[in-house]
Amino acid sequence: MTITTIETKMENPLFGTVRVKRGFARMQKGGVIMDVTNVEQAQIAEDSGAIAVMVLDKLPADVRAAGGVARMCDPKRIQEVMDHVTIPVMAKCRIGHYMEAKILEALGIDMIDESEVLTPADDAHHIDKWEFTVPFVNGCRDLGEALRRIAEGASMLRTKGEAGTGNVAEAVKHIKLVMGKIRELKGLSEEQLLDMAKEYRVPIDLVKETAKLGRLPVVNFAAGGIATPADAALMMHLGADGVFVGSGIFKSKDPAKRAESIVIATTYWDDPKIVLEASKMISEENSMIGIDIKTLKPEQMMQVRGV
Amino acid sequence: MRTLRIGVLALQGDVSEHIDITNATLREMGLEGEAVIVKEKDRLDEIHGLIIPGGESTTIGRMAERYEMISKIKNAAFAGMPIFGTCSGLILMAKKVRDAKIGEMNQPTLGLLDVEVIRNAFGRQRESFEISLKIPKIGKNPFPGVFIRAPAIASILSKDVEVLASYEDKIVAVQQNNLIGIAFHPELTDDTRLHEFFIGMILKSPFKDRISKANS
Repeated sequence: MTITTIETKMENPLFGTVRVKRGFARMQKGGVIMDVTNVEQAQIAEDSGAIAVMVLDKLPADVRAAGGVARMCDPKRIQEVMDHVTIPVMAKCRIGHYMEAKILEALGIDMIDESEVLTPADDAHHIDKWEFTVPFVNGCRDLGEALRRIAEGASMLRTKGEAGTGNVAEAVKHIKLVMGKIRELKGLSEEQLLDMAKEYRVPIDLVKETAKLGRLPVVNFAAGGIATPADAALMMHLGADGVFVGSGIFKSKDPAKRAESIVIATTYWDDPKIVLEASKMISEENSMIGIDIKTLKPEQMMQVRGV
Repeated sequence: MRTLRIGVLALQGDVSEHIDITNATLREMGLEGEAVIVKEKDRLDEIHGLIIPGGESTTIGRMAERYEMISKIKNAAFAGMPIFGTCSGLILMAKKVRDAKIGEMNQPTLGLLDVEVIRNAFGRQRESFEISLKIPKIGKNPFPGVFIRAPAIASILSKDVEVLASYEDKIVAVQQNNLIGIAFHPELTDDTRLHEFFIGMILKSPFKDRISKANS
């Protein structure tokens, strides 16, 4: 157990503790969190077995196409979704945008994604997440980014991948980097762990805890480019605790079936017969049209935002 | 087969936390046994007790229905298999389910416990909390209650249901013969007393010997 028991007798309830915030993320494990832009999509997601929905103004693929500044979703739209589904509702704020996060917390959403899909509000800093009652999820490309976000108070992580591309390649790269570096940590001496803490610019205790656990001290999902049941199962096979699907569902031509098939593949990722059965529920011609990452200009890459 | 096998329903949720605390509890009790993942319905034939973890009850219920586990778990419960549900596990075990905001729910459930459960009874994640609970049945010391978008038991529908714990005006833990349902998450703490209580139920259960005989 990484979280210690309550030492003192609590007469009054404690809200927003590390255990309650990280615990919320633990309840999401093995599930699929789906990006939605309205009530109708949120209900399709819930009926398909989503564990939570992420409400956005535009799906990542449309953010990419539209250009301009991408901001937090209209709170009225988020509220509508909150009023119509029973599963947790999440929303994104811009990296470093403390006030958007405060607004989302006041609205009562269940988790905030401080996301590179939106235009960063601060090039140098992320939000100090410790003071919030609501838990945060952050993106990461490697172990350094992951540990820096945890040190800032993130209760959950996800790979960044390359959102809105329908291309899973970057998410694969990112989860392998994170898992590989954790495996390397396990063999290091105290002195070498200290070097890693300096390199990553994070507290040594966090590096030691990660080395000892052999995994991150918070839940780590896959995100960024997942479009099919096979993609979801692949990310689970690589060690993800669950998956986020952004544009992959509602930019496809068969959202309800696709959502359900991805949920099935995420639960039964280790049984190829069932992943096959899930894959047969959809057809490739209905998948969103993907983007080859190599064709993106450097300024079109979302993953480099907020390191 | 003499060692205990305790299944954790692994369709979604905090499965590994329950596996870890169950294995730790077995070691503390000096028992031979292990916690095992249950994802396929046939695995249900090989276990002496079942834990239904925290997670999303709608997701777990739909998956259990799709893979024909609902009737199988129900039959095992009627045959006396001890079942322990935490949070979404409690919701799945309840006869009646209602959401605090949305109202009557039409989600697949096991319908085993004679209680009506309200989902999200304390509010959203912002209102999630930790509190010391009194659970006299497992000892005098308070139990660390971790409530995450937790349900609560609004009403009890039969006299077979015993209340194990309440918080303010809400019932948060019950037992009905071989079934325990609680609204909070002992698996997020290192207090093993509730798992010990559950394993104690398995040890006393005649169901255990029947399964052991069938598998030996």
